[in-house]
Amino acid sequence: MLRMPRFEVSCPESLPEALALLAESELDTRVMAGGTDLLVALKNRLEVPQRVVSLARVGGLDHVTEQEGSLAIGARVTLAQLGASDLVRRLAPALGEAARSVASPQVRQVATIGGNALLSTRCRYYNQSHFWRKALGFCLKKDGTLCHVVEGGKKCVAAASGDTAPALLTLGARVTLESQHGVRALPLLDLYRNDGIANTVLRPDELLTELVVPAQRPGHRGAYEKLRVREAIDYPLLGVAVRLDVDPDSAVVTDVDVVLTALQAKPRRVARIDSLIVGVPIHGEAFEAAAAQLGLRARDQCHPVANVPGDPEYRRKLVPVLVRRALLRAAGAA
Amino acid sequence: MTSRPAPDPVFAFELNGETVTVSAPAHHTLLELLRYRQGLTGTKQGCDKGDCGACTVLLDGSPVLSCLTLAVTVAGRAVTTIEGLGAEHRRAEGRPHPVQEAFDRSGALQCGFCQPGMLLSSAALLRKNPSPTADEVRAALSGNLCRCTGYAQIIEAVLRAAAVERGEDPPAPAWSIEPRDEEP
Repeated sequence: MLRMPRFEVSCPESLPEALALLAESELDTRVMAGGTDLLVALKNRLEVPQRVVSLARVGGLDHVTEQEGSLAIGARVTLAQLGASDLVRRLAPALGEAARSVASPQVRQVATIGGNALLSTRCRYYNQSHFWRKALGFCLKKDGTLCHVVEGGKKCVAAASGDTAPALLTLGARVTLESQHGVRALPLLDLYRNDGIANTVLRPDELLTELVVPAQRPGHRGAYEKLRVREAIDYPLLGVAVRLDVDPDSAVVTDVDVVLTALQAKPRRVARIDSLIVGVPIHGEAFEAAAAQLGLRARDQCHPVANVPGDPEYRRKLVPVLVRRALLRAAGAA
Repeated sequence: MTSRPAPDPVFAFELNGETVTVSAPAHHTLLELLRYRQGLTGTKQGCDKGDCGACTVLLDGSPVLSCLTLAVTVAGRAVTTIEGLGAEHRRAEGRPHPVQEAFDRSGALQCGFCQPGMLLSSAALLRKNPSPTADEVRAALSGNLCRCTGYAQIIEAVLRAAAVERGEDPPAPAWSIEPRDEEP
């Protein structure tokens, strides 16, 4: 049995009460919403806090509401709720697909969008038991000074592994962070840092309380493709989210966005792709050719390392495949 | 400096239809509480890190992993374990839960370790969706690993339970080579 280290649990009843607990700095504190990620980290001694603050009884964080095409999503909305939401299906289809692809039904039942957006980076040398890590002399991300992925590496290369982040990034989502010192809203992209050890700018006294997906253009389409060994349970070995804006009258692509995950600490937006696909009608061979070209351009910008399971060269070869699949599915051609 | 650890939290929750008041250390999981405090060993401890589904229980009717649930967070909520699933049905209808009968009839187990979790995930599915397709059954059970059966009989069993509950003939076994006599 993987026993957890001893800690105390606080169950605040309101947001101000939760923020007050986080503002006290005497105890090393971790926030728990669904707990599906935190409890495994505790069992593996990746986190050894003195106190866990549970958000289970904090109200006002579990809404999914629409206002003029814009979606507001409370941070404690579960992935099961998000995956089943008709609003999400209609306004942000890639987000719904990503939420439904996370882990297993039991995990999605309690795991939250806030927790998934703030998921710590993962690595085959980090997400292991204390015994396993100790036998290898630990690693850069926790307890050690060596990187086992990049020989002589001084920078942690653990990979962003949340499925919803790439989808949210293609949708231009913003996040609201609250503390006793006030509220700040920032683009989701600015929440993330390309540092495997500290991959977000969230302060210890802050809570992520809401995500906002702005109104998309008419003709918005999206899809999320995920590479993994099994069709359930697994974290992504590669994740591809696409947004395709299509002119409703002419069926021609007007804008495109592709974000990849599970490569490095921060999800990665593929650059210089507009010229390959904007202006192409979504029905027909030209679109298929453009999608294939776009996949190759994405691959040329990716250099997977052996941070998550799966051969890095295989993951690189699958980049164009998944990008093409996601684009064709978003276009409704596959 | 070490201070005395805080006393274990005391809380009440509904366990298999009865309200129980328990004390459990704050850092214990629901799985530890069920198996080692309540003696309900029907809930299995498999991987203990959320991969296998052997520890699945129903929390307010929905399947969750008891190994990834802090015990204190179920205060005031309703937990159903495999011990409760059969007992509740036997009290109400004088027979085991339909999925239990169907698993037996279809031979949907070998070692039996995954079965409590499989049964609870299946029961939750049928409560929500009395007429699932085979793909819906697969999706609902995708968080429960079985290392023995290859899943064919498990999926058949859930479809059988659904058919029996709807008062229809159970579907033919997918894995049978020869047509076989149906039960009387």
